[in-house]
Amino acid sequence: MISEQAKQRMRDLAARYPVARSAVMPSLYIAQQEEGYITHDGLRAVAEAIGLTVDDVESVATFYTMYYQQQPGKKVIKVCTSISCYLRNCDALVTRLEERLGIKRGETTADGNFTLMTAECLASCGTAPVLQVNDEFVENVTLEMSDALIDEWERELRGQEPGRGQASPLPYTASPTGS
Amino acid sequence: MPELIVTKDIDAPGLDTLDGYREHGGYQALEKVLKEYQPDDLVELMKKSGLRGRGGAGFPTGLKWSFLAKNDKPRYLCCNADESEPGTFKDRMLMEKNPHQLIEGVIITSYACRVTTAFIYVRGELAMAGRQVARAIDEAYAAGYTGKNILGSDYSLDVIMHRGAGAYICGEESALMESLEGRRGYPRLKPPFPAAVGVYGGPTVINNCETLSTIPAIIRNGADWYATFGTEKSKGTRVFCLSGHVKKPGNYELPLGTSLRTLIYDEQYGGGILDDKQIKAIIPGGSSTPMLGPDKLDTPLDFEAIAAAGSMAGSGGVVIMHEDTCIVDAVLRMSEFYRDESCGKCTPCREGTYWLTEILHRLEHGHGSQKDIDLLLDICDNISGKSFCPLGDAATSPIVSSIKLFRDEYEAHVREERCPFKREGLK
Ligand SMILES: Cc1cc2nc3c(=O)[nH]c(=O)nc-3n(C[C@H](O)[C@H](O)[C@H](O)COP(=O)(O)O)c2cc1C
Ligand code: SF4
Ligand code: FES
Repeated sequence: MISEQAKQRMRDLAARYPVARSAVMPSLYIAQQEEGYITHDGLRAVAEAIGLTVDDVESVATFYTMYYQQQPGKKVIKVCTSISCYLRNCDALVTRLEERLGIKRGETTADGNFTLMTAECLASCGTAPVLQVNDEFVENVTLEMSDALIDEWERELRGQEPGRGQASPLPYTASPTGS
Repeated sequence: MPELIVTKDIDAPGLDTLDGYREHGGYQALEKVLKEYQPDDLVELMKKSGLRGRGGAGFPTGLKWSFLAKNDKPRYLCCNADESEPGTFKDRMLMEKNPHQLIEGVIITSYACRVTTAFIYVRGELAMAGRQVARAIDEAYAAGYTGKNILGSDYSLDVIMHRGAGAYICGEESALMESLEGRRGYPRLKPPFPAAVGVYGGPTVINNCETLSTIPAIIRNGADWYATFGTEKSKGTRVFCLSGHVKKPGNYELPLGTSLRTLIYDEQYGGGILDDKQIKAIIPGGSSTPMLGPDKLDTPLDFEAIAAAGSMAGSGGVVIMHEDTCIVDAVLRMSEFYRDESCGKCTPCREGTYWLTEILHRLEHGHGSQKDIDLLLDICDNISGKSFCPLGDAATSPIVSSIKLFRDEYEAHVREERCPFKREGLK
């Protein structure tokens, strides 16, 4: 369910831009924040708020990798595997995370806690290897650090109710600002 | 230490806040501009400063501004802060640590170009950078630096941050505009160029985040002052992003024309190669630029000299590979990037990047043949210059340049039917 408040934010965005259609991307972020990923309800809400067809909105949503097509884990871990991180051994880091989490890259743990992804250069090459967890950076990662991080996340998630995903892995939505 | 311009005071506590930025001279340039300059004077001033774009192509900034079509359509500015070129990490730092400097540059540029709406397109993955820019925009509105009648003048401007959502191609200027208009990020046919027909059909200027962040300092200190840095044709300083097998990777702002050797070996900068090994290859301007061998270490880092050495200054991302690097594997890694990021609009790039990656994969894993090496070059030839946008050309750069420099290493993979590096356990 997309809340009425979220729909209103989408309509406000459509009014904020010189042309309403420009509000598609930020509105998709709002939809994703509401439901954790891009659902049919989410697409419909965006389409209605902006005055587009659902198919049209879907074609935009599927172009961009940050709009999730499936429910991701509560912690989405992205490890950069591009050239500078490669030169600093990111592959060993990915392998370690796969072992610790018992999943392969691209997968989500059965308890819905973790999704492990690889990412293209994250603009952090000077502090390689790097990962992001729910879009926040951890830089100069060592294998020991990654072990400690997983321990810490597991402790944190144990404190929460099992089985219920958080609404969103995104820490913020960048609605246009000002005025 | 040479004079810092765009990264001046970058680590000063509180620089990212409005008050902190003002304490370091922030928004004085904007005040000066609104009082003392007509828009066209600023275009001339920027031409005189010699500033060239820091996003990739190095196009003269003032000249770009002067190309805006003179019609009565609304004009737009897009700040390109979609930083995603492998090896590049300066714009993220500038946004996270000094977002107001960027906003001030955006407002001054908008005034100079008679723009009424400015967009800052921030790469989606850079969450903190996006938050910093969004907050700085809010603060700038509240302080009257943007919005209606800026600082009591008759100039008004709307500044909107737009967040990307994961697509390297949206850094290409026409794809960026498509994305901003709420579509898939497919590049547009040029001409018409954005200066004639850009966002919503209006004349549009697109500049990189570092380019725009440099502008307040040029206004405060003057075009002549800025032109004293750098070389004859490559004026000023730029932020070099040094990464890979160096002891001290990081962002180093240096005058254009500083040698690669200084950047890599000087104790103040790279501090030499990890474990004091030998350099094997250097990528001078992000993964899209051809790699150079160690014989090019004395190349001055400016647009002309790097081109003369056989590569491009690109985005300023300098990636160093030492002697233990398997070139085929490293090139495979870069090739995977272009395969994954090809937008799929045109066939040479969409199909070509796929096949290049397949062939590199089999070569790296010892299943390749001598013919595969020439097949790689043949496919590159069918992509380069025949693709819809420069991403296709970029995908061929690492391959063509590495075969030129390290053909023997490709051949060794074929001969030994495996990667010669893994045997030595060097990975
Ligand atoms: C595939 C591709 C990706 C690009 N990515 C970026 C980018 O992330 N940031 C950027 O500023 N310019 C990027 N550019 C260059 C822009 O198209 C454009 O030239 C630049 O933003 C202009 O700004 P400048 O004149 O200040 O350099 C890219 C170009 C191509 C072809
Ligand atoms: S060259 Fe590649 S990225 Fe550019 S339009 Fe063609 S398919 Fe898309
Ligand atoms: S290559 Fe990993 S952050 Fe750039």
